[in-house]
Amino acid sequence: MTLVVEAQHLQKRYGDFVAVEDVSFSVAEGEIFGILGPNGAGKTTTVECLQGLRKSDGGELAVLGLDPRSESEELRRQIGSQLQESALPDRLKVWEAIKLFSSRNPGGPPWEHVLEQWNLAEKRDASFGSLSGGQQQRLFVALAVANAPKLVFLDEMTTGLDPMSRRVTWDLIRQIREMGTTVVLVTHFMDEAENLCDRIAVIDHKRVVAIDTVDGLIEAHAGDARVTFSTDLPDLSFLEALEEVAGLDRNGRRVTVTGHGALLARVAVALDSHGETPVDMDVKRASLEDVFLNITGGNVT
Amino acid sequence: MKTLQLAWVELKLFLREPLTVVFSLALPLIILFVLGGVFGNEPSGPGEELIYRGVGPMSYYVPAYLALVVASVSVISIPTHLAGNRERGVLKRFHASSIGAWEVAAAELAVAFVLSLASGILLLIAANLVYDFQPADSMLAVFGVFAVLVVGFASFGIFLGAVLPTARAAQAVGMLVWFVMLFLGGAGPPPEVLTDVMRQVADFTPLWHAVLITQEAWLGLDAGLSWLVFGAITIVSAVLALRFFRWE
Repeated sequence: MTLVVEAQHLQKRYGDFVAVEDVSFSVAEGEIFGILGPNGAGKTTTVECLQGLRKSDGGELAVLGLDPRSESEELRRQIGSQLQESALPDRLKVWEAIKLFSSRNPGGPPWEHVLEQWNLAEKRDASFGSLSGGQQQRLFVALAVANAPKLVFLDEMTTGLDPMSRRVTWDLIRQIREMGTTVVLVTHFMDEAENLCDRIAVIDHKRVVAIDTVDGLIEAHAGDARVTFSTDLPDLSFLEALEEVAGLDRNGRRVTVTGHGALLARVAVALDSHGETPVDMDVKRASLEDVFLNITGGNVT
Repeated sequence: MKTLQLAWVELKLFLREPLTVVFSLALPLIILFVLGGVFGNEPSGPGEELIYRGVGPMSYYVPAYLALVVASVSVISIPTHLAGNRERGVLKRFHASSIGAWEVAAAELAVAFVLSLASGILLLIAANLVYDFQPADSMLAVFGVFAVLVVGFASFGIFLGAVLPTARAAQAVGMLVWFVMLFLGGAGPPPEVLTDVMRQVADFTPLWHAVLITQEAWLGLDAGLSWLVFGAITIVSAVLALRFFRWE
């Protein structure tokens, strides 16, 4: 497994203000790596240090084998990026933007090809300012990969987009990965991280507080799943005896069982063997959101 | 090649801002015609108080306005454009795609040159149609001076764009500098009628020196130390511009 990004104890300060305290993670070739955290946690500063747009004050960084502090020019030629709060001139046309950016790396595909590949051919003469939010993001994705990078950084791609455009943008991100490009994705949306990322680093208060796959994070941090159903059985002690069950709460006919692992299947089988097959059986699995609230103490801003 | 590409894109963008184009091309023309209408082109006679350096007002103003059109493009348009691009995150976007500060500066310089040239030619054509003024000693020398003026004023404009934080601030400061230069720098009232204090302020404006060196090439009048001063302004502006250039 080749590592394309390695960060060890990254630190960044502005005078007395600490923007990033201690961030370490590594990203393997070909994965979509998520950086998730509340606003102001230090996500953007982290990826901007990795791109060589800011100089880190401490720690070891290697991106594509280059040092972003001393080899930033060369690095920026090899990576693609979509920046938070960046824009293009309103009157710049789509084809002009793609041609300009694809010329930066001689190894890249012809710009006409990029235009076709990202479905921008029919918008080629439209000016940036006339594009919808979703179309602008499509253009930004095209620009990020126009120089055929091995690694792209995408910072808050879907903030401000309507649900439909968000879904489309997710597909674009998957498309980048299918080209064999590694993606580092900064987001504060749980569903986005859950849907797209192979692994996630959760950053809070300028530190990495957890790194794992989505399932791994849920397993380790999300707490119990909850199964609810209605029953007339008077005695449910057989459920409490199950290994997966941690607690049982009864309110009239309504029963809530909490636990972990294959809770739903075990409870259903046990009920069935006692002649009960509730039709309103429901399970609430822990989600990334629960993970996030648990490890960040719920300070979502 | 790459630098030229950014310059070409920037030039097209500039031309797509009709108001800016009209402003930079038309304003010097309008002022020239107003002054021409008011002052005519009679040189001050012997025994009269010397005015317009002893030549006719239009012979004085035409070369002066060649300097003014360069200043208009570079001091008003460039800082506003650069600061606006920084404010909106365009420069940051360029930076992330390994476009260098030199490239941005070179693109602005190229834009300044093309627009100044267009504006200058327009001015000469219009002035030739309407006024009878002293022809240039050497058009080639005038063109050489013109190129120097573009480099100098563009450096000054890029410097303003580098240090001023927002497009609004850049526009306000650019306009202020431009109007001060217009009135005191030899392109408004004839220099002889200014008070001593005004003349001293004028000595600090790039336009005053630019007017003198253009008139040297056009009318053969001595520019004194102005070459030296304008050269110094150019170099200091260029150094400060690259030193204080910020991507965001």
